[in-house]
Amino acid sequence: MRTLLLTIATALCISSAVYSQESGRTIPNVAVKTLDNATFQTGDITNDGKPIIINFWATWCSPCKRELNAIAENYEDWQEETGVKLVAISIDDARNMHKVKPYVDGQSWEYDVYIDPNADFKRAMNVNNVPHTFLIDGNGHIVWQHNAYNPGDEEELYELVQKLAAGEPIE
Amino acid sequence: MTRKHTKPSLFLLATFLLFSSLYGQDGPLEGIEIHGNFEVYAQTYNEDSLIGAPNVPQKSGVNSFANFIATKGAFSAGARIESYMPPVQGFSANYGIQPVGVPYRYARFEKDKLDITVGNFYEQFGSGMILRSYEERALGLDNALDGLRVKYSPIPGIYLKGLVGNQRFYWQKSTGYIRAFDGEVSFNELIEKFNTSQLRISIGGSFVSKYEKKGITNLEIPENVGSWAGRTQLNYGGFSVLAEYVYKINDPNADNHYIYKPGQGILISTTYSRKGFGVNLTAKSIDNMHFRSNRDAQLNDLFISYLPALSRQHTYNLATTLYPYATQPAGEIGIQGDIIYKIKKGSKLGGKYGTTIQGNFAMINSLDTHQISNSTALDAEVYLPNDPNRTGYTANLWTFGKKVYYRDYNIEIDRKFSKSFKLKTTYIYMVSNTDVTLGTALGENVYSHIGVLDGLFKLASKHSLRTELQHMWTEQDKGNWAFVMLEYGYSPHWFVTVLNQYNYGNPNKILRLNYPTAQVAYVNKANRISLAYGRQRAGIFCVGGVCRPVPAANGFTISITSSF
Repeated sequence: MRTLLLTIATALCISSAVYSQESGRTIPNVAVKTLDNATFQTGDITNDGKPIIINFWATWCSPCKRELNAIAENYEDWQEETGVKLVAISIDDARNMHKVKPYVDGQSWEYDVYIDPNADFKRAMNVNNVPHTFLIDGNGHIVWQHNAYNPGDEEELYELVQKLAAGEPIE
Repeated sequence: MTRKHTKPSLFLLATFLLFSSLYGQDGPLEGIEIHGNFEVYAQTYNEDSLIGAPNVPQKSGVNSFANFIATKGAFSAGARIESYMPPVQGFSANYGIQPVGVPYRYARFEKDKLDITVGNFYEQFGSGMILRSYEERALGLDNALDGLRVKYSPIPGIYLKGLVGNQRFYWQKSTGYIRAFDGEVSFNELIEKFNTSQLRISIGGSFVSKYEKKGITNLEIPENVGSWAGRTQLNYGGFSVLAEYVYKINDPNADNHYIYKPGQGILISTTYSRKGFGVNLTAKSIDNMHFRSNRDAQLNDLFISYLPALSRQHTYNLATTLYPYATQPAGEIGIQGDIIYKIKKGSKLGGKYGTTIQGNFAMINSLDTHQISNSTALDAEVYLPNDPNRTGYTANLWTFGKKVYYRDYNIEIDRKFSKSFKLKTTYIYMVSNTDVTLGTALGENVYSHIGVLDGLFKLASKHSLRTELQHMWTEQDKGNWAFVMLEYGYSPHWFVTVLNQYNYGNPNKILRLNYPTAQVAYVNKANRISLAYGRQRAGIFCVGGVCRPVPAANGFTISITSSF
């Protein structure tokens, strides 16, 4: 009986959730750390009405690094053409969080990087595992998300960014 | 030692039904956002006596999780439904006590720098050496607190946190209570004229106290155990240094044979980086730091403190699952260095696309200690004339002991040769005292060399092939291993992977086995489904220095994840 009730509740929740997708969710506000160990509120992520990519990664995650390194090769062009900003959220915990800044600088990434050492932002964004990418439109709504990385995925991502920058619907 | 969960599920059901039914109507709940994620991990089990896969009576295991978060303005509420029917092999049987339930639910209010959570929450003070409640689902680890947490920032640069609660213990909760406070001051945010200063300084301090009733024992046991920690971080340009110290008063427990010695830990980390170059050097020493909300808890249960491993978190199979390092809360001392350098593209050495070199070393030993009483005498729980205060041993926090726990020297060169070919080459030399770190009985350290060639071929615009060739050379334990993997990717939806591990160097000829696996994964936006079939080698799966043994298995594995 209990299982049945739970199933019903789950189904209802899903239907509500799917319904709510239409309006688009905003970025939840959670405290994360900057690379200089200052506190930063994720609700303050903005880009002057231009698209934002939020990417969850970790220094121990090979596909994550492949993805961010692949994007880094074209990031300057992407920024020039669309004004997009990439916010990279490292979920490295206390074991590796001190290696994030050397890695980011070592790879010469130009992204805004924050550290989420106890997975608070990861949980708030309902991320199961990394890499996980979100696209945020000019109004601050999450309009698209993607899990995992396959070489070439960045091309699809950029097509969507271009659509968003042009004010076109992405579906 | 634990008490039953109250039954929150009916309350939750009501809440969700209310949310769901009211959603979309005009009214106070208009505009509410509900989001969540799912995860299902299922395995089937065939008996395979050669690799040690047992006959599992249920023939399968299914772990599933569903998270829901409802948000409206300053309010949010969330819950997680978990089910174990039965738990996947390798996860604690304690999860199987209850097939379905809601072990995690909370309500949160956040406005004007005030953040209040009632119910379950996760928290970390500093680097977690004094307190960290967290979840690591792949390890079956979840010590979420249940109670009340208040965070407040009265003025910019001052951050205060206070909490009370008990910890999750599978489907139950710890009987021990935790009361904790943490404060952090960031001087650059606090003092306006330093807002843009290159020099950034912050300090923080924590106090954590646990209360647990004395159990049945002949000893006098402190029911309240206090612990404090201090930390500071300084940044100047590309340079930074962090120092953290934690002290715990005497806390007789099953891990330390009920001695009255205080525990302590220190962590110092320095970093320098600029464009194309980064270096980090970290030193850590801990003594008698098993800090749990239940003094008789075992394994990874009910930890209040989190002591991260001071070694590289490897990603290649042979390096991660055979002889990894697991933190020794009883006592260890170590240093680790990490360096990354990017050779500029277009240069002679860097090639057309640039080359990245990463190096890392870790050296971890026992702490320099001197026994006063041996553990047999301590276990008798009697008066010890040569150790009247029952402190067990003395330790020097700053000195390396004689016993090697772990060595790891590794280098990785990542180079893009052309638009269609990238190669990452890795070499690792490891020394593992697995008798100490993983509880084996080999009687010797394992010395291993590991080489990896990781190639990525871009076949066409959305087609790629990744190959991993790994080899481990060792004369100890199971001898040499070879590993080969092919992964074909068709962006953005498909992954097809085949891999095989071959323990061809096993000293026992009968155990020179192959462990083949084939997997197909389909990804569509935030949904991923994968199906694998093959042999899973018994090994150790670790995250952050916390490890879980993965038993041998033969059969199908299905994994589904989804976010919405």
